[in-house]
Amino acid sequence: MSAPTAGHYTATGLDSRKIAIWAFIGSECMLFVSLISTYLIYKGRSVVGPYPHEVWVSPSGEHFKPILNIPVTSASTFVLLMSSLFMVLALAAVQNKDLPKRTRGDRILGSSKLWLWATAAAGTTFLGFQAFEFTSFVHEGLTIRTNLFGSSFFTLTGFHGAHVTAGVIWLLTLLAIDYRRGLGPKDALNVDIAALYWHFVDVVWIAIFTLVYLIK
Amino acid sequence: MATTAVPAHAAHINEHAFDEQSGIWGWLTTVDHKRIGVLYLFTALAFFIIGGLEAEIIRLQLQGPNGHIVSAELYNQLFTMHGTTMIFLAVMPLSAAFFNFLIPLQIGARDVAFPRLNAFSYWVYVFGGIFITLPILFNVAPNGGWFGYAPLTTKLFAPGLNIDFWVIGLQILGVSSLAAAFNFITTIINLRAPGMSLMRMPMFTWMSFIVQFMLILAFPVITIALVFLLLDRFFGTQFYETAAGADPLLWQHLFWIFGHPEVYILILPAFGLVSEVLPTFSRKPLFGYPVMVYSGMLIGVLGFGVWAHHMFAVGLGPIGDSVFSLVTMLIAIPTGVKIFNWIATMVQGQLRFTTSMMFGIGLIALFTIGGISGVMHSSPPADLQQTDTYFIVAHIHYVLFGGSIMGIFAGIYLYFPKITGRLMDEKLGKIHFWINFVGMNLTFFPMHFSGMLGMPRRIYTYDSGQGWDTFNLMSSIGAYILAVATLIFAYNFLKSRKRGEIAGSNPWGAGTLEWTIPSPPPEYNFAVLPTVTSRYPLWEGDERDAESARINSQEGKTAEDLHIVMPYNTIKPAIVAGGLVIMFSGLIFAKALIFLGAALMVTSLYSWLLSPLEPEHH
Repeated sequence: MSAPTAGHYTATGLDSRKIAIWAFIGSECMLFVSLISTYLIYKGRSVVGPYPHEVWVSPSGEHFKPILNIPVTSASTFVLLMSSLFMVLALAAVQNKDLPKRTRGDRILGSSKLWLWATAAAGTTFLGFQAFEFTSFVHEGLTIRTNLFGSSFFTLTGFHGAHVTAGVIWLLTLLAIDYRRGLGPKDALNVDIAALYWHFVDVVWIAIFTLVYLIK
Repeated sequence: MATTAVPAHAAHINEHAFDEQSGIWGWLTTVDHKRIGVLYLFTALAFFIIGGLEAEIIRLQLQGPNGHIVSAELYNQLFTMHGTTMIFLAVMPLSAAFFNFLIPLQIGARDVAFPRLNAFSYWVYVFGGIFITLPILFNVAPNGGWFGYAPLTTKLFAPGLNIDFWVIGLQILGVSSLAAAFNFITTIINLRAPGMSLMRMPMFTWMSFIVQFMLILAFPVITIALVFLLLDRFFGTQFYETAAGADPLLWQHLFWIFGHPEVYILILPAFGLVSEVLPTFSRKPLFGYPVMVYSGMLIGVLGFGVWAHHMFAVGLGPIGDSVFSLVTMLIAIPTGVKIFNWIATMVQGQLRFTTSMMFGIGLIALFTIGGISGVMHSSPPADLQQTDTYFIVAHIHYVLFGGSIMGIFAGIYLYFPKITGRLMDEKLGKIHFWINFVGMNLTFFPMHFSGMLGMPRRIYTYDSGQGWDTFNLMSSIGAYILAVATLIFAYNFLKSRKRGEIAGSNPWGAGTLEWTIPSPPPEYNFAVLPTVTSRYPLWEGDERDAESARINSQEGKTAEDLHIVMPYNTIKPAIVAGGLVIMFSGLIFAKALIFLGAALMVTSLYSWLLSPLEPEHH
């Protein structure tokens, strides 16, 4: 994306962008640690429902089941984890663009466009699941204003969703470049950086899924 | 950097570059770390004067009992903006001016790792600074203290626009600091010249390196605290809504997890500058270099483990109080180590009492006073007597004025000749030092006493007969003396810029890499990337250092002569910064601005990322 520093002397031999993305990821860890800690501190402190894991009785006497839908979120988690696999294949395809493709399998594995599309599609599917989840929560009476659970849940998962959205836009940008002039080994670093970001966002989701959804 | 020839492009490129470097357009589009450093220096000094004026009005009000020059409401805005301005708009950016100007020169690099990102950081800082400063003219400036304690800053207790400006302004300034920190971490790791191992880096670069790590770890925490407050204020979430079960201490914890590292973010660069000043004017290498590095690291790590000492008064319980008390006492050890190493650096040195050296020694003396009063309130029972009194105001000003500002002045007097090519007037400098020194102590030392006598912080006026009158009068006189000192400095600074004595490449006989090149340095910094064999290449280096220094000290060569490829000037980072600030300001002014700003930001960001940094090299 930005002009490469290739050809410049560096002390470590690494490209500067690679170091910067790691510093960025380190900083992002503190961002999500703050969000997740707040969610956990506020767990069980809401004075009105709905609640994540407990049955809730509304003032009018209606009974509600726990609001978190673990089977559906497990499916979206699976999709997001698969996207990391696709991302690895996309990077490998870009790195090995110049290798001869003899078999049909080689051509499939070597298609950077295919795997970038797959990654972006999996990310978008995850976002679709999240949109579905948010909408159904609102229908069940949980908004960002309802209680502490609503505020901290929507903010945490919303921040993560925004990161996935940024990642999808990044992937689509790489795809646009791939269609315009073809991504090759000289672009591998750009794809590598996008991949690091993408995997990081995935890892954060594993933490969120475990701490918010699975642990009662 | 490639030094290979680019005959086809060279003529065109350099003509282009020089056209754009002159005039206001040149400053708006510059990506040169030295010019950005100069921009930071001038802007931060302007904000330093604004923050100082706010303090002068505060002192005018408190000069005698029952002062009523400003209303209670305006007084709240003044002390809030004094703190916010001095911390975020003056001291941090003054440090950033040195990060920008010095780090590449000290490690032997031609620029920072991401020159355009660097310009972006500066423009976000300027626009954010204007955004948060202007409201005071309309009586809607932030009024909740620089720490902005929620729930007091939620809509329920602070319905006006004041806190909105503060939340959004700080959010914007955080972007600037984070972007700069990623840039400097990468620069220091990756752009060190051959032979410049980590343990040969000048101490200023080392302390800056540690500060950048603190920035990237501390700023996300306040970002989230501010996001919660912003959502509470604009979208009705309940993060700080105690009636909904929220923890009234959530903000305090998040804020001080950022806020205490922030204190070290403010002081470590000044420590770094003094660690350049003292060896230079003692003509001796820094005493205990590795210990200085490790104590800096230890301060950085422990700095994240002391935040609750700002919260002893809330009642954390005996375990919390004890742990944070002990860690706070512990952090005094590496700080004390630094003080003793500086003193040992001077022992048996050939001391030269230049203005810079005097400010450096001033830091040692005054920071030590502030450090000792800091250790006093590391003990919770003592802290309960001192918290929220003027004793704390005395303490923070001894560490931040006596420490950071004295260090920054030492740095300005030391590096002014490198930046401008001319020396500052030493006679005026010494007058500045002494008036500043007297004014500083007269302002802040009596606050220890008014604090111990129970005068609370942040009260806008007070009755006579409580024993505070004399001490307040002394503080106010001291503050007026400081204003005189600052005027002398400003006069000296502006005068010497045009008419100072020509400095030459190394006017002080210093030993580090930045003094091997002409003053002011050429746009490419180093004609050849230096080979470094020691910590003080000009003092203890071998013939390789001498050869690099000989080539690099030559004046009058253009980048074109040397076939060095320089990055293009570009306005795009400034436009992206403008879009970002317009987007945020839309939350207050009009929703349409959010989309307008976002559109401007995204399109100009794409345009920036897809355009090359510099001409292609062959």
